[in-house]
Amino acid sequence: MEEVILKIFAQSITRYFATVADGAAVLGTPYLSDENESVAFDFSAVIGITGSHRGNIYYTAPREKLHALLPLIGETTPDDRLCAELVGEITNTISGNAREQLGGGFMISTPFIIEGSPLNIHTSKDSTCYILPVTWNNHRSRVLVSLQQNPASP
Amino acid sequence: MKLLIVDDSLIMRRAIERSLGRTHFTEVRTATTGLQAVDMFEHYKPDVVTMDITMPDMDGLTAVDQILKRNPRATILVVSALADKATAVEAIKRGASGFLLKPITAESVHNALEDILAD
Repeated sequence: MEEVILKIFAQSITRYFATVADGAAVLGTPYLSDENESVAFDFSAVIGITGSHRGNIYYTAPREKLHALLPLIGETTPDDRLCAELVGEITNTISGNAREQLGGGFMISTPFIIEGSPLNIHTSKDSTCYILPVTWNNHRSRVLVSLQQNPASP
Repeated sequence: MKLLIVDDSLIMRRAIERSLGRTHFTEVRTATTGLQAVDMFEHYKPDVVTMDITMPDMDGLTAVDQILKRNPRATILVVSALADKATAVEAIKRGASGFLLKPITAESVHNALEDILAD
């Protein structure tokens, strides 16, 4: 199940950068999150998942990367407010796009923005958290996938 | 022509507004929730509405229903990241004039608006 889910999110983030950014995103090998590892960059957004699956999807990126990306979508004077908005929109887009394969039962919340680098990103205790490294124009960012199938879902 | 852009994301509202360069729209207003969109639709009377789906207070598909109740001839372009076919079909079944999948580009927004106006 994990491999299929990770592939879906890899496709979603690749599609985002191929459409919006000037240059393809390069994906690293996904790895398991270490509870003691600080995985967040300057700006993060989290979307809650309900319905066919339960858990969270995060996207986290450093300020420098977001400042490089914002002009490509027409924002010529990047600031922290726009950085926060952008991580929210990226998280929303990659989660929503995942419904192409996961179906309409994969319900997504509106994004919640976290500024600054907290020591840990909180994930469900019942599910494993995978980190998908994303590099674009030498800037690093991460997609965090912490999902489990909902046994109550048909 | 008047356009109402409905999206809870500032980035998206601004991106859609910037993409209007060569379209017929001379006046643009924005709303951040479905509830606000329905209220603004009554007072602003836009010619076209772009509508996100996943928003706080009232989702975009419910807002489409509410707007079409008030004006069955309203022209609404749903702009959403929800990529399952059933969501696009549902939007059109409820009366939306078109569906545009995020991520968007200036060209994709421009073309989608031109298409629904041509219809």
